[in-house]
Amino acid sequence: MSTRHILLGLLAQGPSHGYDLKRRHDERFPQARPLAYGQVYTTLQRLVRDGLAEVDGTGSDGGPERTAYRSTAEGARELAHWAGEIAPPAPFVTNEIFAKVVVSILSGGDPEAYLRAQRAAHMERMRELTALKTAKGADLATVLSADYALNHLDADLRWMATTAARLTTLTAEVDTA
Amino acid sequence: MSDIGGTAAPLLAARDLAKAHGRTRALDGASADLAAGEILAVTGTSGSGKSTLLHCLAGIVRPDEGTVTYAGERLDELPEKRLSELRRTEFGVVFQFGQLIPELTAVDNVGLPLLLAGAGRAEARQRAGEWLERFGVRGQAELRPGALSGGQAQRVALARALVTGPRIVFADEPTGALDSLASEQVMTALVGTARESGAAVVLITHDAQVAAYADREIRLTDGTVARAGVTA
Repeated sequence: MSTRHILLGLLAQGPSHGYDLKRRHDERFPQARPLAYGQVYTTLQRLVRDGLAEVDGTGSDGGPERTAYRSTAEGARELAHWAGEIAPPAPFVTNEIFAKVVVSILSGGDPEAYLRAQRAAHMERMRELTALKTAKGADLATVLSADYALNHLDADLRWMATTAARLTTLTAEVDTA
Repeated sequence: MSDIGGTAAPLLAARDLAKAHGRTRALDGASADLAAGEILAVTGTSGSGKSTLLHCLAGIVRPDEGTVTYAGERLDELPEKRLSELRRTEFGVVFQFGQLIPELTAVDNVGLPLLLAGAGRAEARQRAGEWLERFGVRGQAELRPGALSGGQAQRVALARALVTGPRIVFADEPTGALDSLASEQVMTALVGTARESGAAVVLITHDAQVAAYADREIRLTDGTVARAGVTA
């Protein structure tokens, strides 16, 4: 994920300082890993270095002094370009679940048992996400992020069901490879 | 294999059910428990026996072998008259296609179980209207099923299933014919009203996103419960 473009997107709403950007990021992407402050400040400095953002001013508002940043015209162009650019659809198939199934077959493990246990864990997470998005007062960001995660977990489950059904064939193929 | 767990006596308990349709064994030793107020998803691939299990649990079909006990009564042994009474008063059923009566308006479809239970027409219409309101389809009360969208028709069917205050709602692929947003509305309405009224739900689905609305999942494979409790 491109932190610099997400920060540029947040700056598109107007000048903001690092602390505020971190808070708004975590609000807008509620199921994402929270941004570290250090990462926010490093990214802002790089945006300034590359001419995509600039310092808007400093103020303290009674607290510690904070530097506010704003996007430049070049930053707005870069953001629009990135937002419209097609993301490569699954260029590499590297996934931990997939890898574990293959390794389990290679090492004479029990991939079926693993798939059953993984399915149970996926379902548990899907129940949590469903409860989160259907809770009264859930905001749009929460609903969208839960939908995104649910659809991806659902895709994993479908792959896992197909794989469980294929296991006999797959085991024979890996064994003779 | 079975899904037997917990310590409190279940509201509904099936033990070692077997049922054949001709030479096909749809159920082959399936067991399941349902606690009062619990929402249980029954999942599995096509032909795994999900619908047959639901039909046995709801007393629509008698198993060839095994027992189904509801609140102390053996459904598999009850005379048809008592089964029919239970289905009318204690159970609500919803299918993939709501099976609303096409000649009746939405409000009259929902009021029908109340009329059958002896309520007057005015009372039935009023209570049916309240249930349509809870499912967000009050505005469609005077429309016939043919004029409703798929999601609206399913919400009317759910209102009809819940209007008599059943202790268990049996829902067989209730969102099977709906797109994802309509499916979400139907599931939110079903789960929300079941929780409010304390009704338990047996939810048959092949869709993991629908199963995720339930408290627990049991998974059928070849007519038996895949693994005891592990899917919960």
